[in-house]
This record gives sequence, structure tokens and C-alpha cells, in this order.
Amino acid sequence: MSTDLSALLYLVSSVLFILALRGLSHPESSRQGNLFGIVGMGLAIVTTLLGPAVLSPWMILLGLVIGGAIGAYVALKIEMTALPQLVAAFHSLVGLAAVCVAVAAFASPDAYGITTAKGIQTSSLIEMGLGVAIGAITFTGSIVAFAKLQGLVGGKPLVFPGQHILNAGLGVLIVLMIIWMVAGQSTAAFVILILVALALGFLLILPIGGADMPVVVSMLNSYSGWAAAGIGFTLHNHLLIVTGALVGASGAILSYVMCKGMNRSIFSVILGGFGGEAAGPAAGGPGGDRAVKSGSPEDAAFIMKNARSVIIVPGYGMAVAQAQHALREMADILKKEGVTISYAIHPVAGRMPGHMNVLLAEANVPYDEVKELEEINRDFAQADVAFVIGANDVTNPAAKTDPQSAIYGMPILDVEKAKTVLFIKRSMASGYAGVDNELFFRDNTMMLFGDAKKVTEEIVHSLG
Amino acid sequence: MEPNQILDRASKLAEQAQALAAEAQTLAVQAKMAAASHVGDAAHGAIDPTVVGLTVFMLACFVGYYVVWRVTPALHSPLMAVTNAISSVIIVGALIAAGPAGFDFAKIMGFVAVILASVNIFGGFIVTHRMLSMFKKKAR
Repeated sequence: MSTDLSALLYLVSSVLFILALRGLSHPESSRQGNLFGIVGMGLAIVTTLLGPAVLSPWMILLGLVIGGAIGAYVALKIEMTALPQLVAAFHSLVGLAAVCVAVAAFASPDAYGITTAKGIQTSSLIEMGLGVAIGAITFTGSIVAFAKLQGLVGGKPLVFPGQHILNAGLGVLIVLMIIWMVAGQSTAAFVILILVALALGFLLILPIGGADMPVVVSMLNSYSGWAAAGIGFTLHNHLLIVTGALVGASGAILSYVMCKGMNRSIFSVILGGFGGEAAGPAAGGPGGDRAVKSGSPEDAAFIMKNARSVIIVPGYGMAVAQAQHALREMADILKKEGVTISYAIHPVAGRMPGHMNVLLAEANVPYDEVKELEEINRDFAQADVAFVIGANDVTNPAAKTDPQSAIYGMPILDVEKAKTVLFIKRSMASGYAGVDNELFFRDNTMMLFGDAKKVTEEIVHSLG
Repeated sequence: MEPNQILDRASKLAEQAQALAAEAQTLAVQAKMAAASHVGDAAHGAIDPTVVGLTVFMLACFVGYYVVWRVTPALHSPLMAVTNAISSVIIVGALIAAGPAGFDFAKIMGFVAVILASVNIFGGFIVTHRMLSMFKKKAR
């Protein structure tokens, strides 16, 4: 296959990848989009296999079979609630693959045609250095993110003095190593570069709290793209460059959306140290002496049965309790009673962008009942019941009224405007931001203490 | 002026002229080569590959920016999964490393990268498909 032909086929692949992302603008076109992505990837692989660089395909085919089998098995078996950690794990693989490719290119540059009489081209060395550094950071950073999401390590941010100075120092060291590597074609510099970048990946993500994971996962998504682009520059492969740029841009936009959803700058997230799981006082802490109205599932069932419209506000707690199926059952019964049901999703609900949407879709909730914050926020004033299940900070009116609050300025769902707020919660503990939710003490709020799934099932029972 | 001196000067001048001629010739050859290589440059469009790459990269960033902003927030999870799958196109680099007939360090690295990337490709696309097939319209 001539170089021109394979370049053209790579171009077709790039276009197919763009169409794959374009398809995601609507659920109806998204499945076709995914198909475009698969065809594009197949085309890219076949084109490369038929190219001049591949002389013995057996090892490659073996690798494809092994990797493909593992990937397919994991993807088919995984629970939808474990999706965030799966995505984090996948990111780490892209990072490691980028490192491997860069190492291979450094070890035998002739195979990639990036040599001159004096060794590897300077430009290729710079790009290789950047690609390998970003790849290594993605790799270890994603492993930490995975461990936090999987609960292998605590979600609490790990902070120690001098952390930022250490990280900045490592960053400078990476730049110095790239310069050394370019100047001297030094293998030592290349190895040190990889090790430093690996360490930096760990240190960057460790101080970031569990609830900031939506941003972290998006950020690592972005990094994996930039790493691919870096390798693309090294190998003069435009398909890699285009795809890397697409993925990088996508991750960057998601990070931005997530940060906006929390009214925090990307820097404050990266610098970390914000909140942790189960941070703040438990029941009986500050505000514990204020009166809270609590009710039983039967009360909740009665109130909702007699309502005209109910807006359900799910949060991470719903995912933890796996309450989405019980929730849909409840919604179905209420719909039969003539109650209008809709779902309100806050941008940062859950542990990854769009987490709640996927869980609700899994429970067969039609996607046209699921609304974004801007779409539905005005409807709370007309709603009879706001049913908050597993969400907390994203409903806290203090974000609008109290400039002293840690979450001041964060866009929130105006659940307090509904006639009645039903709030399922395990205890009076505050959310990850460590802020008391004054919603609990309002006259129109009824607390339903208990596990989200159990309470919902009891409501279903009393409804039926 | 002595005849000897004239002879001497004449021979010196002749030598200088010869040197100049030689220099002119080398310059001419150089000019010719430069011209030839310039023509060659134009024919093969030999702008530095990095510059071409940068052009492609910048344009792709803009395409990505506009395409991704159009993605509905409800599908942000599938977006992550599918971008994850397509970023494994890095497998192209791995295939080149694992492709040669011989057996060396680079080939092992390539083999490992092929496995890692294909876990991602298959896993990413399948999990995206699973997610997307759950998004259903209201039954009417």
C-alpha cells in the first residue's frame, strides 16, 4: 500500500471519528455514531497492518486477540454503577500504551522513519518527550483516580506540606529532562523523564477529594488525548494528531463544564484538598438542636400520590444504594395515578459527567423525562413535590444566599421552591463540601431517614 | 619597471584569476544545487512535518471544540467512553513497533502496547454501545 493511499485512508478514519462524536448530539443518532467510530478504528488498524512497516503480523494478531478478549469481557460484565472507575482504568491503559509506543520509537527510531544522520530528529525528540511525559502522568494519575473511585483508597484528599512545591519541582524537572534528552540523545534522561512523570501523576491526583472526581476523570480523559497527539507528532501521523486533538478538546470541555457546575476554577480543583467523603459533622453536630421534620415512607407515599407533579433529584447516594430501579418502579406507579414525573440532573451529580443519566437509562427511565438544570429549574416553583434522593450540596440554598458558605455561587437546583421537599438521607451528616444544608430545617421539608433503596422500596410498597 | 618584476606580477595575477575562476565555479555549482533542491522542495512540499502536524492539530482542536459543545449533557458519560476508545488509535504506533520481522526490545514494547490499546478499543466501544442502547424514548 502506498504512503499516499494509507494517508488518505487515515483521513477517512479521522472523519469517521469526528462523525462518531457528532452523533452524540442526540440519543437517536448516537448509536450510529458509535458505529462510525468502530468502522474508523477498524479502517485505521487494517491500513496500518497492510502498510510497509508490518512484516510479521502474528504477534500483532495475538496481541489484538488477548487485548480484545479482556476488553470485551470487562465491558460486558461491568455494572453500570462501576462505570466511573472503569473509565478511569481505561484512561490509564491509553497512558501506558502511549509510554510504550514512545519507548519503542526511542529504542528503534528507524522503524518509524524519524532519524537523520545524527540520530533522532530534534523535533521528534521534543514531541516524544512531551508525549511520554503526558502519557506517564495519565497512567499513574488514572490509577489513583481508579483506586479512589473503587474505594481501594479513601476518597479523602491526601494533603501534606510542601505538596505544591514538590509538584512544581517535578514539573520543572520534566522540562529539564526533555531538554537534556534533546541535547544529548540521552537514554538516561529519557528514563528519568518517564519515572518523574509517573511520580507526578500519582502526586497530582492524590490530594484531590472523591467528590471532585468528575473533574479529574474528565481531565485525565483530556490528557490521554494530548498524549496520543504527542505520539502522533513524533510519528508524523495525522490520524493520531487529529484524534488526540478531538479527545483532548472533549476532555477539556467536560472539565470546564464540571468546574462551572461547582463554581470552582480548574486550578482550585487541581490544587486539591477540597472536602472528602463523610467530611463534616454527623448527626448532633452544629444545627443538631434545630427542629427537623421527619416522616415515614407511608407519609411520603401519601403526599406523592396526591400530588400533581413530582420532580425527582438524584445524586451520588442513589448510585451507591443502587436505588435507580426501585425509583423507576415508584415513578411508574405514580404515573399511573396521574402524577407528572420528571427528573432533574445537576451537572456534577455523581462521580463522572452524565453519571446519573446513564443510571436512569439503565433503569429504563425514558431520556425525555430527564432534564438538565437550566431546563427544569423554573419548574420547581410549580411542582408539588421535590423528591431528593442521594443528593445534598446541589440542593443547598446557601449557595445562593450565604456568601460565607464554601459552595457560595455554585448553581443549584431550586428544590426549596416546591410545595413539599422529600429528602431521603442516611443521617444528618453534611455533604462532601462539609456544609450544613439549611433545607433540612425548612417548614416544607420532610426528611426520610434511611438507605435510599430501602426507603424507595418501602414507598413503592405503600403505594401499591 | 624591471622585466622580471612585470613577469612576476603577471604570473601572480594569473594565479589570482585562476583562484577566482575556481571559486566562481564552485559558487555556480552551489547555486545550481540550491536551485535544484529548491525545485525539489516545491515539488515535494517539504515544509517541516512538524509544521504540517501543527496545522492539522490546531484545526482538529477547533473541530473538536465545536463538535463536543454540541454533545447533549445527558450523553457525557458515553462521550467519555467513546473518546477513550478512539484515543486508543495510538495502536497505530504500536503496530509499527510490533511489525518488524526480527525480535527486539522495541517489538516487545509494541506488543504490550497493542494489548493495552486493544483492551481499550474493544472495551471502550462495547461499553459505549451498552450505554447508548439503554437510552430509550418514552413509550407512547
